[in-house]
Amino acid sequence: MPNDLWLSIGAILPIIVLAVWACLLLLVDLFIPAQRKGWTASLAAVGLLITLAVILSRLGQSQSGFGGMVMVDNFANFLSILLLASGLAAIALSHDYLQRTGIERGEYYVLLLFSISGMMLMGMASDLIMVFLALELLSIPLYVLAGIAVPRLNSEEAAIKYFLLGAFASGFLVYGTALVYGASGSTSIAKIVQVIQAGQHNLTLLLAGAGLILVGLGFKVAVAPFHMWTPDVYQGAPSSVTAFMAVGAKAAGFAALLRIFVLAFPVVSLDMTPVLWSVAALTMILGNFVAIAQKNIKRLLAYSSIAHAGYILMALTPYGQSNVSADSVASALFYLVAYALTNFAAWAVVIALEQADERGLELSDYAGLGRKQPALAAAMTVAMLSFTGVPPTLGFVGKFFLFRTVIEGGFIGLALIGVLTSLVSAYYYLRVVVIMYMQEGEPVVRRDGWLYATAFVSSIGVVALSIFAGPLIALASRAILNLF
Amino acid sequence: MFFEEAVSSGPQFFNLVPWIVFFPVIGLLFNIFFGGRILERSRAGEKIVGGVASLAAGLSFLVSVLLAISLNGHPEGMVVPLADWINIGELNIRWAFQVDTLSVTMMLVVSGVGTLIHIYAIGYMHEDVRHNGDPGRFRRFFVFMNLFIAAMMILVSGDNYMMLFVGWEGVGLCSYLLIGFWYEKGKDGIGNALAAKKAMVTNRIGDFGFLLAAFTIFWTFGTFKFHAIFEKAPEVAVANPGALLFITICLLIGVTGKSAQLPLYVWLPDAMAGPTPVSALIHAATMVTAGVYLVARSAEIYVLVPTAQFWVTLVGSVTALFAATIAVGQFDIKKVLAYSTISQLGFMVAAVGMGAFVAGMFHLVTHAFFKALLFLSSGSVIQGLERGHHHVEHDPKLKKQLKGHAHDFDPQDMRNMGGLRERMKITYWVYLIGAIALAGIPPLAGFWSKDEILADASKEFSWAYTLLTLAAIFTAFYMTRQILMVFFGKARTPAAEHAEESPLVVTAPLMILAVLSFFGGLINLPFDGFHQFAHWLEHTLGEYAHPGEFILVVALLSTGLALVSLALGWWLYNPRRYEEFWAIPAARRPDDPLRSYIGPIYEALKNKYWVDELYWAVFLNPYIDLSRFLADVIDWRFWHDWFHDRVIMGGYNLLTRLLAIRIDLGGIDAAANGLAVLTQRVAERLRQVQTGYVRNYALSIFVGVVIILGYLLLR
Amino acid sequence: MLFDYLPIIVLIIISTGLAGIAVLLGHLLGPRRPTLRKSVPYESGMRPIGPGARRMPVRFYLIAVLFILFDIEIIFFLPWAVVFKKLGLFGLVEMFIFIAILLVGYVYAWKKGALEWE
Repeated sequence: MPNDLWLSIGAILPIIVLAVWACLLLLVDLFIPAQRKGWTASLAAVGLLITLAVILSRLGQSQSGFGGMVMVDNFANFLSILLLASGLAAIALSHDYLQRTGIERGEYYVLLLFSISGMMLMGMASDLIMVFLALELLSIPLYVLAGIAVPRLNSEEAAIKYFLLGAFASGFLVYGTALVYGASGSTSIAKIVQVIQAGQHNLTLLLAGAGLILVGLGFKVAVAPFHMWTPDVYQGAPSSVTAFMAVGAKAAGFAALLRIFVLAFPVVSLDMTPVLWSVAALTMILGNFVAIAQKNIKRLLAYSSIAHAGYILMALTPYGQSNVSADSVASALFYLVAYALTNFAAWAVVIALEQADERGLELSDYAGLGRKQPALAAAMTVAMLSFTGVPPTLGFVGKFFLFRTVIEGGFIGLALIGVLTSLVSAYYYLRVVVIMYMQEGEPVVRRDGWLYATAFVSSIGVVALSIFAGPLIALASRAILNLF
Repeated sequence: MFFEEAVSSGPQFFNLVPWIVFFPVIGLLFNIFFGGRILERSRAGEKIVGGVASLAAGLSFLVSVLLAISLNGHPEGMVVPLADWINIGELNIRWAFQVDTLSVTMMLVVSGVGTLIHIYAIGYMHEDVRHNGDPGRFRRFFVFMNLFIAAMMILVSGDNYMMLFVGWEGVGLCSYLLIGFWYEKGKDGIGNALAAKKAMVTNRIGDFGFLLAAFTIFWTFGTFKFHAIFEKAPEVAVANPGALLFITICLLIGVTGKSAQLPLYVWLPDAMAGPTPVSALIHAATMVTAGVYLVARSAEIYVLVPTAQFWVTLVGSVTALFAATIAVGQFDIKKVLAYSTISQLGFMVAAVGMGAFVAGMFHLVTHAFFKALLFLSSGSVIQGLERGHHHVEHDPKLKKQLKGHAHDFDPQDMRNMGGLRERMKITYWVYLIGAIALAGIPPLAGFWSKDEILADASKEFSWAYTLLTLAAIFTAFYMTRQILMVFFGKARTPAAEHAEESPLVVTAPLMILAVLSFFGGLINLPFDGFHQFAHWLEHTLGEYAHPGEFILVVALLSTGLALVSLALGWWLYNPRRYEEFWAIPAARRPDDPLRSYIGPIYEALKNKYWVDELYWAVFLNPYIDLSRFLADVIDWRFWHDWFHDRVIMGGYNLLTRLLAIRIDLGGIDAAANGLAVLTQRVAERLRQVQTGYVRNYALSIFVGVVIILGYLLLR
Repeated sequence: MLFDYLPIIVLIIISTGLAGIAVLLGHLLGPRRPTLRKSVPYESGMRPIGPGARRMPVRFYLIAVLFILFDIEIIFFLPWAVVFKKLGLFGLVEMFIFIAILLVGYVYAWKKGALEWE
C-alpha cells in the first residue's frame, strides 16, 4: 500500500479507533441484558478514554491526510479533547437519568460515540466535502438521540423537527459548497486559497457560497434567525442529550466555521463582516431577551445556548483582519471550553432535579434548593454566574477574552451590545439563584454519584480555571489553524 | 525528591523547606478524610487523630531544625522557589521560600511551641469533649490547628510581601475559626461567635492597611520580592520619601491589627473565647507576633524612615503600659494573660520600632515560651477546677454546698479559686516559673530579653524607656496578684477545694516549656561571647542586628522595681490579708482589695477604660445607624421598591413582552407569514410532509437566507 | 468550464427525450379498446383485492428501509468490480472493510429481530 495512505490513516487514527470501537460496542451491546446497560455505558467511556489517550500521545504534531481533506493540527486536537471530555461528561450524566426515566437503550451510547466521531472529523475537515460528511455523521445520531425517549410525544416531535430542519439546513450547506466550487474550482480549502491568491476566482459566486455555508453551519450552532428549532428540540430531547448537544454540536459547528472562514474566506471579509455582525447582534439580543420570559429551565437554557452562540459568533466577526484572526480562534475556543464546563454543571443540576414525565423542570421547582441541597445549589449558582460572566468564573474570563478580541477588531458597537445583553442575561440567570436561595420549597432531588461528580467537577473547574486561566489561555492561543 | 538533591549537595537541606507547609497540610487532609471514621471506630481514636496532627507539626519542627543546621554551614540562606502563582504582565508572584536566619527563627518557634501545644491539646480537648459532648469537634479542632501551622509557615517563609499576605490572611482565618470554635456557646449562645466576628472585623481594618502598603510597594518598586525591594529602598528613600513613609505607616496599621496594638487591640481579650490551647498558640506565642516579624522583616525599609520608627515605638510603648494597667483590674484568669500579652507585644513592637530588632526578636522567642506556658497552665487550672466542680456536682453530699447556683459557676474567675498550690502541684510550679519569667526577675528568660529592650531604649528613647519601665512594674504587680489569688490561701469554692491535677499529656508539655522559660535567656546573654542570637540574626539583618549591651543601672533598676512591685503585691494580696478581706460579708465587700485605695481608678481599670464602649459610641453605633438608613430607606424603599420594582422590572417586562410578542412572534413570524404568500408553493409542499410550526421555522431559515444572500449579492 | 458538463446535459436530454418519445408514441399509435378487465389496476396477474391506497402494516416500512440500505450499498460493488484489477490488494482490503461494516449493521438488525415478521 502507498506510504502516504498509511500517514493519512495515522492522521485520523483517533476517529478510526472511536468508530471501530462504536461498531464493536454495537455488537457487544446485543449480548448485554437490558438491566445491565451500565456495562455499555462503561465500555463507551472506555472507548472515549482510549481515543483520548491516542490523541494525547500524539499532541503537538501537525499532519494532513488524504490529499489535504483532513488536517490534524493543534486546533483539531484541542477540539477533539474538548469533545471527548464532553462525551465523558455526557455519559456520566446519562446512565442514572436514562435508567430512572426508563429510556435506557444500549444504542444510546453507541450513537453518542458515532456523533462524537463526526464532531471530531468536523474539527479536522479541511475540505468542504469533508465538512458536509462530518456534519451528517454528527447530526444523524443526534436526530435519533433527540427522539430516543420514544414514545414520549414531545421527544418524537423534537426528533422529527430537528431532522427536517437539519436536512433543510444541510441543503444550504451543500448548495454553498457547490457555489464555492463553482467560484474556485475546488472544495479543498488549501486549493481554494491558492485560487484566490492567484485571483482566478469568481467573487460573486464565492460570496453567495460563503453566505450559504454560514447559514448551514449557523443552523447547527443555533444563531438567529436559524435558531427557532432550538427551544423545541432542547425541551423535547432527553436532558442528557440536550446537555451534550448544546456543547458538541456548537463546538463542531464553530470549528468548521472558524477553519473555513479564517483560512479560505478572508477575501470576502469586507462583505461578510456586516452579515456576521448583524447575525451575532441579533442572536445575542433575541436569545437573551426571550430567555427572560421563560419559566421552564430547559427552555431557558435553550435560549441561553442561543445567546452564547451569538457571543462566540462575535469572535468570528473580525476574522478577516490578519492581526486579530489568531485571537478570534483562541477566544472562540476558550469560550467553548468555558461554555462546555458551565453547561455541564448546569445540566447536571437540572437532571438531578428532573423527574419522570418531565416534572421538576419549572423554575419554581428550584425553590428551597439552597437550603435542602446547598452543594447542588452552589454548583448551579456557579454555573449561573459563569453564564452571566461574573468573576471569578470561567464565563467571565471567556467573555473578557471575547470582548477584547472584538474591540481589537474595531467593533466597539458589537462589544457594547455584547456587554449590554450580558447585563440583561443577569436578570434571568440570577433569578434562578434567587429562587433557589430566597424562596421556600421542597425540591425533590435525585442522588446519584456520577451526577454529583459532574456537577462539582465542572463547577469547581469553572472557578479554578478562572483563577488559573493562564495555561488554558496559552493552550487556546497555541491552537492555531494550519493550512498545509 | 527534595531529599536526594539535599544529599548530593552536601550538608544543607534547604530544598526540604516546602515540607514545613506540606506536613501540616498532609496532617489536616488525613484528619479530614479519615479522622471522622477513626474517631467513630477506634477507642484510641482521639489519640490517633491528635497524634497525627502533633506528628505533622513535629515533622515540621524537624524540618525547621534541619534548616537551622544547614544555616550554620551556609548562613547566607537561600530562596527556594516552588511554583509560579500569578504571572500577569509585570506582576510576577511566585511561591518561594525565604530561608534565612530570621525566617528560620520564626519557623522554629512556630513549629516547636506549636508541637508542644498540639500534644497538650490532645489531653485538653479530651476534657473539653467530655464537657461539651461532641466528638466531631475533636477532629475539627486538630484540622484547624494544622491549618494554622501551615498558614503561619507560609507567612514566615514567603520571599515576597504577597506570600506573606497569603499567610497573614490564612492565620487570620484560622484565628477566626478557632475563636469561634464553640460558636454556639458564650453569652446568649452567640457570645463566642461575636468574639470571632470582632476579631475578623478588627483585623480587616489592619489588613486594609497592609493591602494599601502592598499596593504602594508594587507601585513604587514594581515587585513584591523582599530582596529586590530592599536593594532599591535607599534610592527610593531619596527619590520618593513620601511613598516610603506611606508604606511604613500603612504596614504599621497592619501591625496594630494583627499584633493587637493600640488602637486595634480590642479583639484580643475577646479572643480568649477560643479553647485555651488556641489562646496559647495563636493569641500569645505565634500569630500575634506576626506584626513584629513583619517590622523586623522590613527592617531595611523602616531604618530609612525615622518618622515611621518613631510612630512604631510610640504605639508599642504606649500599648505596653496601657494594657499592663488594665491587666491589674481583671478577674478572669485568661483575660489577665490576654492583656499581659498585649502589653508584651507592645514591648516587642517598641523594640523593633526603635531599631532594636535583635532585642525584639529575642523577646518574641522568650515570650513565646513563657506566655505559651502561662496560657497552657491556666488551661490546666481551669480544667482542674472544672474537674473539681464536676466532682462536687455528682456527689450528693457535696452538692448542697453549691447552693443552687451550679450553672453560674465560672471556672475562669480567679475569685473562685485559691489554694490550688496544694491540689495542683505541677501546675503551680510551672505557673510560678512562667510568672517570674514574665515579671522579669533574673535569671529567667524574660529578664534577659526585656532587659535588652530596656537597655536599648535607655540609650536614645528615654520617653519610651520610661513608659516601658512603668509597664514592667505593673507586669510584676499583676502577676503577683494572679499567683496569690489562684494558688495561695484557702480554697474559696467547693470546686477549688476538690480541684484535681491534670494528666501527664497535659503537664509534660508544660514542664518542657517551663525548662525553656527558665533557660531561654541563654541564647542571647548580653555579655561578650554570648551574643549567639544577635550573630545568628546578623546574617539576615546585617548591620541592624547590633548585639545588646548590658547596662548595670538599667538591669538593677528594673529588677529592683520589679521586686518592689512584687512586695507591694504581696502586701495587698497575701493569703492572710486576702482571707480577712474575703470574710467581709458579700454585700459590703468591694470586688478587690485594691479598690479601697484607688476606687475610681480601679473602676476604670476593671472596665478597660471603657474603650469598647467608646468604640461603640463613636464608630459602631453611628455606623449601624447609617447602615440601617441605607438599607431601609435608600436600598429598600428607594432602590428596591421604587427603582428596581417599578423602573427596571417594569421596563424589562415591557421590553421582554415587546420583543417576545411583537418582535419574535409578531415581527419575525409575521414576516415569515407575510413571505408565506410569496412562497406559498414551497410552503404547500412542506405542509404535505409536516405539520404545525416546523413550517414557520423553516421559513425563518429561508427568510434569513434570502436576506443574507440578498445583501451579499445586491450590496 | 461549464463546457465540461456538456455531455451530461446531452445525456439528460437524450434520455428524457427517448422516454418521452416512447410514451408519446405508444399513446399516439396504440389502439385503445378498454374493457373492464383491462382497466383494472395491474397486480401481477391476480385480481385486485380492495382499494389500492389502504393502510399497510408498519413492518413493510422496516423491511423497505432495510432493503434500501443493503441494496444501495451493494450497488457499490458494481463499480468496484469494474476497476478491481486496477485497485489490486488495496481494493480488496477496502471492500472487506466495507463488507465488515455492513455486516455489523446486518448482525444488529438480525439480533434485534428486524428480520422476523412477528
